[in-house]
Amino acid sequence: MTVADVLHRDWQRFTPLQRLSRFAFYLFAVAALVASLRTIDVIPEFLYDAPDQMVDLVGRMWPPDLSYVGPTLKGLIETLHIATLGTIIAIVMAVPVGLLAARNVTPNLTLNLFAKFVFVTSRSINSLVWALLFVAVFGPGPLAGTLAIAFRSIGFTGKLFAEALEESSKGSIEALAANGASRLATLLWGYWPQVRPAFWSIALFRWDINIRESAVLGIVGAGGVGVALDTAMNLLYWDQVAVVLIAIFVVVILAEILVTVVRARLL
Amino acid sequence: MTPQDKSGGRVAFAPNWGARIGWLLLALYVVYAGSQLGFSPERFSTGIEHGHRFLVRMFPPNFSRWELIAGGILESLQIAVIATFFGILLALPIGLLAARNLVPGWISWPTRGFIALCRSFHPIIVAILFVKAIGFGALAGVMALIVASIGFISKLFAEAIEEISLKQVEAVRATGAGFISTLIMGVQPQVLPRFIGFATYQLDSNLRNSTMVGIVGGGGIGAALFTAYQRFDFDVVLAILIIIVSLIMIAEIVSGWARRVFQ
Repeated sequence: MTVADVLHRDWQRFTPLQRLSRFAFYLFAVAALVASLRTIDVIPEFLYDAPDQMVDLVGRMWPPDLSYVGPTLKGLIETLHIATLGTIIAIVMAVPVGLLAARNVTPNLTLNLFAKFVFVTSRSINSLVWALLFVAVFGPGPLAGTLAIAFRSIGFTGKLFAEALEESSKGSIEALAANGASRLATLLWGYWPQVRPAFWSIALFRWDINIRESAVLGIVGAGGVGVALDTAMNLLYWDQVAVVLIAIFVVVILAEILVTVVRARLL
Repeated sequence: MTPQDKSGGRVAFAPNWGARIGWLLLALYVVYAGSQLGFSPERFSTGIEHGHRFLVRMFPPNFSRWELIAGGILESLQIAVIATFFGILLALPIGLLAARNLVPGWISWPTRGFIALCRSFHPIIVAILFVKAIGFGALAGVMALIVASIGFISKLFAEAIEEISLKQVEAVRATGAGFISTLIMGVQPQVLPRFIGFATYQLDSNLRNSTMVGIVGGGGIGAALFTAYQRFDFDVVLAILIIIVSLIMIAEIVSGWARRVFQ
């Protein structure tokens, strides 16, 4: 294609096919919305007094019951452990699968597809469902929660790790191979230095997500601060619920700030 | 954490030792956290036994309650679509108000705080609050996912607006265009492809969560899933999971197609 062709194409902006597919997208979106709005089963009375009910709920939450800070903090520490250990276990499992998924590291289509299948399965099942499954296997408690977080995170971390591997430049890898380096040496000295920033960034990002996710696992009995939340809510102690919610909010914000600072220093 | 190499040969060995100590500390933490969270060989050996029984009861998947499953899936889809639409509708002005290059700081910082508040709670927690406040049913799920969509879309939308090239905006402004015309002709073409990306991603994410809000009473397939789980009907649980996973995969394919159309 010559430069003149490219310029010519730019002036047209969209081909007829593009216009048609855009139109199809809008049509599909509007049709889905209209169909959903017409058929969804909503009781209108609930909608009308929703603002009053929300105000009433907030009124019950205030002032927060400070005596519940103790159990909340205990739960929060457990949540942090679940999120951190869950992320570490996830990465330990995701790195080998990620190596299998990267087409330049493993030039074998069957293994690539197998690894992709592992990622999709892991990501498609919600962490709450993973928690339900592990509670059925290991009984209620943080062990089930940690494994749920770990299995849920394999897909995300592994997929991004494989993408980072595929983006690494061939130069140093070919140089190592030309020197007769073994496969392990190529991975350690060729790929690892190139993907290291991406690796830490993925790990931190997932840890941040996992803190949010592990805060709810207690609702299905998988440990953490969610247990304190569930107990307070079942007893209708809304002032205690407020303490838990404030605590989760503070921890999530602190984690986000920490991740931002560490990433800025690391990258 | 591995410290970064600073220039100069002086530190040739130092980072290496730092990294080794870091890995050691990480290993110590794993052992400590594992003991805190109840990781023990006995629990794993009994777990394998339970897991075996669990898997036996799961197979073959039982689709005989398909009417219930289909109704739940349909409601989940409705929740996801409606929540994504209203979430985006609300997120657009909020995201615009949070963009630091277009609005003054006294508006953008409070808006950013509000977005952080929406983002920091898992949709399930928000769903519980809405269920308690406005009662069981799909409406609570829709409201919870609207909050989640606002948190995600407005943040990314604000970032996308902050990253646009101001040259085009200035060019449009130089022709004498007003604020709204500048937004439509100068800002919108630059952010639309990324915006479609977030919107389809949010639809995927809302679909995943709309299959879960039923666990806490927010409508959708989650209620059927949780009931089957509590009744130990694990074959029905597996059937529902297979359907949820295939639905999510189809949604991913469709949204991938939508993203390509708008690239």
